[in-house]
Amino acid sequence: MTAALRVFFVGGRLSYRALFNWISPVMYVTTMLGSPLFQILFFTYLGRFAGGRDDDFFIVGNAVQVSAMAGIYGMVMGIANERQFGTLSPLLATPANRLAVFTGRALPNIVNGIAVSTFGFAASWLLLDFDPDPRSLPSLGLVLIVTVAACTALGMLIGSIGLRARDVFFAANLVYFLLLLFCGVNIDVGSLPGWMEAIGRALPLTHGIEAARRIVAGASLGDVAGLVATEALIGVGYGVAAYALFRALEIEGRRRASLETF
Amino acid sequence: MRMARILWVGWLFHLKNLTNSLFFVLISVLQPVIFASIAFFMFERANRGGGLLYAALGAGLMGIWSSTLFGSGGAIQWMRWQGTLEVAIAAPVRFLWVLLPLTVSTATIGLYSIVATLLWGRLCFGVPLALEHPALFALALPVTVVSLGLLGLVLASTFVLYRQASAFSNLLEYPVWLATGLLVPLSLLPGWVEWLSWVLAPTWGMEAVRNAALGGEVWQGIGMCILLGAVYLALGSLFMQNFERRARQHATLALT
Repeated sequence: MTAALRVFFVGGRLSYRALFNWISPVMYVTTMLGSPLFQILFFTYLGRFAGGRDDDFFIVGNAVQVSAMAGIYGMVMGIANERQFGTLSPLLATPANRLAVFTGRALPNIVNGIAVSTFGFAASWLLLDFDPDPRSLPSLGLVLIVTVAACTALGMLIGSIGLRARDVFFAANLVYFLLLLFCGVNIDVGSLPGWMEAIGRALPLTHGIEAARRIVAGASLGDVAGLVATEALIGVGYGVAAYALFRALEIEGRRRASLETF
Repeated sequence: MRMARILWVGWLFHLKNLTNSLFFVLISVLQPVIFASIAFFMFERANRGGGLLYAALGAGLMGIWSSTLFGSGGAIQWMRWQGTLEVAIAAPVRFLWVLLPLTVSTATIGLYSIVATLLWGRLCFGVPLALEHPALFALALPVTVVSLGLLGLVLASTFVLYRQASAFSNLLEYPVWLATGLLVPLSLLPGWVEWLSWVLAPTWGMEAVRNAALGGEVWQGIGMCILLGAVYLALGSLFMQNFERRARQHATLALT
């Protein structure tokens, strides 16, 4: 158990530092803070132009969604880059607990995702007059943690696909943009066509964003408990699927000697 | 004649090369279609049905900027990674004329964006494709593309001085979309943004393309694109000479 915990914490931290391409301050600030900030500004101004919704709708949607920068891209790099950089075989040759190896990579990205979203909210407060009731902040924080964790689980799934796929970063980019369209970030999910709404409701972020919006509008945590529980369940579902795929592709990779072939 | 051949063959080669890249398919086709869809839904919900062609064109131009930014911004770095930079620099023709077709082709591939967003809008959202001035539209698009390609030359020659050029590319995508009024009118933004927009070719390209499609003055936008393109070419040439000189002096040409 101790060894598994060490793999979880130390292995996750090392993986983050070694494989996280944005570790340099310039890269981190521009990609993880600059780009999300301008995404929030862009869609808030677009929302003002289109009309029909207040600023808070776009600020909350985008400030939560930008956590996918860490949850999707970070997780994909944390898993799939092992193969890209040629370290996958040595890693899988170790007797380390696979669940600890796998989930340990998620923790730094969850923390990072929360930091990115928090920065997005703070910047919106500074630049866009976003002014939620301070009493709602703890609830908002809890919703954010659950949502970022669920989103990271989706990143784990895509990262696992990267153990076999040739160009998983294409998928990561595509998923990031599709989340903008399907998860109610800028458009109310209920106003999307039925099939898009169905997909959106099966994705992480959708219920979390809805819960965050209601909390900012004055609802209590109890009022959005159902949404938060659904978000958490979706996250668990993606996490289980990701781990199952990771193990299946590991076994398949060993059998076919294809762990590092492209 | 020889120069025209260099530009033509280089442009064609890079265009084919970029078309085979999944990344460029993503940013020049899929990403603009996704952004166009978001804008369509937002406009439809707010009963701005008349703005759908406006949104389709804006999202298309956004794709041209993205492909120029990521393609041109990283052009020299890619040549380094592929080991072709030394060969290109050593060629008898000036490096500027080797790089120019590449940066223009990164903007050209953005034309896929316009086609994709217009077709997507037509097929899925019923966007009317009746253009007010079809001939001027056909003129404004290539002028815009070339001016963005020349802006790409400036990006290529400045980003190369920094090891993490992709960081700047990541940073500059949304701000230029905003500051050039591709989807959000400049009148909604703080006043100083308008000053900034004047020196950016996408602003004028968008004005020309949009006015050609929806009605309005087109020649001013075309003229400004040509003028800014000439300025970008002069700046790009200057920066490129600086890059070559520094790389030769410090023997850093192949260093990534």
